[in-house]
Amino acid sequence: MIEFLMHEDHDNVGVAVVDIKRGSPVNGRSLHGKNKPKLKALMEIPLGHKIALQDFKPGDTIIKYGQDIGKVVAAIKKGDHVHVHNVKTKRW
Amino acid sequence: MKIPTIKGYRRENGRVGVRNHVVILPVDDISNAACEAVANNIKGTLALPHAYGRLQFGEDLELFFRTMIGTGANPNVAACVVIGIEPGWTQRIVDGIAKTGKPVAGFSIERFGDIQTIANASRKAKEFVQWASELEREQCKFNELYISVKCGESDTTTGLSSCPTVGNVIDKSVAIGGTASFGETSELTGGEHIVEAKAANAKVVEQFRAIFKDYTDMIMKEKTDDLSESQPTKGNIRGGLTTIEEKAMGNIEKLGRKTKFVGCLKPAEAPKGKGLWFMDTSSAAAEAVTLWAASGAVVHLFPTGQGNIIGNPIEPVIKLSGNPLTCSTMSEHIDLDVSAILRGEMTVDEAGDKLIEIIARTANGRLTAAEALGHREFVMTKLYRSA
Repeated sequence: MIEFLMHEDHDNVGVAVVDIKRGSPVNGRSLHGKNKPKLKALMEIPLGHKIALQDFKPGDTIIKYGQDIGKVVAAIKKGDHVHVHNVKTKRW
Repeated sequence: MKIPTIKGYRRENGRVGVRNHVVILPVDDISNAACEAVANNIKGTLALPHAYGRLQFGEDLELFFRTMIGTGANPNVAACVVIGIEPGWTQRIVDGIAKTGKPVAGFSIERFGDIQTIANASRKAKEFVQWASELEREQCKFNELYISVKCGESDTTTGLSSCPTVGNVIDKSVAIGGTASFGETSELTGGEHIVEAKAANAKVVEQFRAIFKDYTDMIMKEKTDDLSESQPTKGNIRGGLTTIEEKAMGNIEKLGRKTKFVGCLKPAEAPKGKGLWFMDTSSAAAEAVTLWAASGAVVHLFPTGQGNIIGNPIEPVIKLSGNPLTCSTMSEHIDLDVSAILRGEMTVDEAGDKLIEIIARTANGRLTAAEALGHREFVMTKLYRSA
């Protein structure tokens, strides 16, 4: 049973494929790679939302699909919910 | 898998359609009422009311004519009755559609009034629909279907499952000589470099860059905020997508892993040969699919995450989703459930084979969910204000 998926091994966020409960241990798998990270969810993460696989500080870059998808605007801890409250586009 | 053959309608110009519509096409907004009256009189015909066709000019007018003529010329249309307020633009559209060799007739309202126009057009529509009802489907190759692709109400599951499934079908279909088109200029933002790497040659890269720059310049000129609730949309954000870059990466999964695109098309412009083509379109679902239908596409593949419900009057829209919540709460809208990919119970390649099977069944005549539910969104793209 896996709770989240990544696209590539060096993605630093995963996507919840089930509703993840706060405090629960979660297992992930990389679709196009080999990594199978395990961590503890610090927050509730709804299906389809992202979980942080490492700590981030403001200005850091979020990598998903092996690509830059935006910048961190508020500190994030490994296991936190990653979304519009702590990440923004670099475009607009 | 062995790619199936399909049973379609071979039109006068050799193109293959999968539906047999007799369309009653208004040239302009004020002719909608007459067209709807004709479609009400003559059963089995289809009126396509829209909001435009008056006082347009320049490139916007050219796009209008391309959309009108292309819609009537689409191989899913057997015959077409065109009604406009005056004879000039009406005849221009009739002449454009007539180049396909299909039956088409034009009627104009001035000097006749609605009632006499409706009577005359109804007699012609009756003749067309009885003729079309005797046309028979014949064996055609799968690669004769011109397929368009666009996703909507995307979320993170589209990038993991339904978009890669479409990409798998693009790879398989283009490899056997198929024709396909993708677009959504705005939703490639953040992934332009990946799209450029998928262009067949340097000339195509240059064409793509020029179109993308035009779009970006327009956004920068018109924007009043950071677009954070337009791109991504509120629905995208609810589904877990955070930035336009993340949305673009999922979108680009639809282009396949092996296929290179061979050229760029203006909105509603027909592909100039086989292979995958980029079309400059909006990312709004109904507008974009209307442009593809006008470019001659006969089947549309539509991955959705949160559940976009769009259909098109002449081009069947096949919906697939990998979001288990959407597949259970909105099951009547979904033609193919690929959520097993998220559970690790189905590969993208297997999902692609299932989608090919659904395309073949749809091409053979099975109604899509959107057709059964009566979704007929016909939305013209307008480039700027009328004169």
